[in-house]
Amino acid sequence: MSSDLVEITLLSLAVSGAATLVSLLVGLPIGTWLALSRFRSRRVVLSVVNTGMALPPVVVGLFVALLLWRSGVLGGLGLMYTPGAMVIAEVVIATPVVVGLTAAGLGQLDPRLQLQLQGLGASRWQTTWWLWREARLSLLAAVMAAFGSVISEVGAAMMVGGNIAGQTRVLTTSIVLETGRGEFGNAIVLGLVLLALAFMVNGVLTWAQQRGPRR
Amino acid sequence: MTGTEPMTGTEPVTGTEPVTGTEPVTGTPPLSATAPPFLEVRDLVVDRADRRILTVDTLTIRAGETLAIVGPNGAGKSTLLLALAGLLRPTRGSILVEGVPLLPGRELAYRRRIGLVLPAPLLLSTSVYGNVAAGLRFRGVPPAEIRRRVELWLDRLSIAHLRDRPASQLSSGEAQRASLARALVLEPQLLLLDEPFVSLDAATRAQLLDDFERIGVGVPMTRILVTHHLHEAIRLGDRLAVLLDGRIRQVDVPERVQAAPIDEEVAAVMGTAERVRGRVVASADGLVVVDTGAGSGVDVEERAQRMLARARGEDVAGRDASGDGGGPPAGA
Repeated sequence: MSSDLVEITLLSLAVSGAATLVSLLVGLPIGTWLALSRFRSRRVVLSVVNTGMALPPVVVGLFVALLLWRSGVLGGLGLMYTPGAMVIAEVVIATPVVVGLTAAGLGQLDPRLQLQLQGLGASRWQTTWWLWREARLSLLAAVMAAFGSVISEVGAAMMVGGNIAGQTRVLTTSIVLETGRGEFGNAIVLGLVLLALAFMVNGVLTWAQQRGPRR
Repeated sequence: MTGTEPMTGTEPVTGTEPVTGTEPVTGTPPLSATAPPFLEVRDLVVDRADRRILTVDTLTIRAGETLAIVGPNGAGKSTLLLALAGLLRPTRGSILVEGVPLLPGRELAYRRRIGLVLPAPLLLSTSVYGNVAAGLRFRGVPPAEIRRRVELWLDRLSIAHLRDRPASQLSSGEAQRASLARALVLEPQLLLLDEPFVSLDAATRAQLLDDFERIGVGVPMTRILVTHHLHEAIRLGDRLAVLLDGRIRQVDVPERVQAAPIDEEVAAVMGTAERVRGRVVASADGLVVVDTGAGSGVDVEERAQRMLARARGEDVAGRDASGDGGGPPAGA
């Protein structure tokens, strides 16, 4: 069990970490654009994003499975029942969280701050960097929420990963399996490891969030 | 003045000095009157949500001058300033910078020639030093040069002792000094100031105004100041532009705008709109006696039997209907 546990824990961390990273790479620019630009259907897009923050993982799992299934659009990639498929599903789950919280965090800044930065000669990238810096408490909250949503998710991981021992078995799917078998002791240990992992990652992020000069 | 009895006497009203809309006023021309234009605005129009909020047919800001833009809230002052800063793309029209049109997509190079101070300090959550250095860092100025200039301007604005303090711990006066230092350290060709003293209490504002005036001496910089404080505009501006309902109604040296406002609305902005309706009852040696019913006012234009007197409070003397004389009339 102990070597399995290490393997399962590391895979959980790798899949969730990769999914969080990709969702940040995708979500941060989109959220920034939504916060700083003004266009007619902006509110509609924001509503869609906010709805996306509550996407049921099993529904995401279903659609990603349909895409990756042998006869699906992306079936040729052969990703079904691999950690890659789990990362894709979890990116779909986490990205709306990053987009929504980034837009909300930047939206809370004084709108004149952007003008002030530009008026001091900041380029578009310099302006964006400083706005992110000013909204860092919210942005780190977005990272925590994104990581939290994927590390704790079980439905999609089960559907597109398949819970294959040594390949796609992660902490959450293992807990489901062990509980189903009536191995409550194992399930509890896995649950505690999952909680400890979430606590450690969020602890680091909270430390990063709270250090430095406060506004 | 409380009486309603018409003034019929021919005795002169004492202490009056007539002011007309046409009489030339000897204002001191700005030093930069002959300088080449730094900014030229032509047919500028800004619409927002299908509503026209700014129309400027023509406006020239000469190199080295301070143009103060005055007007009531909502007149379009800040919109004009943002357009002049290249931060708001106008619906149409052009802005020429030293004769070269400011083209869409080329604003960054222009913005690196200007400094901008907004009504709130809007400091970044870093140290005072970090804030003042920000604009120089955006421009890629070498660190040694940044240090030299930041320390110079922190000193000039009397905030050198706050160098390492987080911006969040500053008082409003200190924060606004840091905000000014952040713009001035750029030693910009054009400094744009939008109500830079508005968030301060009266004492702090007076002190900062003094310092700002002192610092400006000998610094070759064109300045545009937006304010709704008339005394600030008159004190700092070489010329005044009066903006009303999104249109520039008058641009001239402060003395001339004050003495000869182009219409009643400009007069109201300039505080010269103590208007008293009345009837001319006597006229002699260019002095006109007006019966206002409630008091007496003076105007040299005797266009009709009924007229509108316009005069600054200090130029008007009235006589109480009881005949005591002297003192400005009530309501004037």
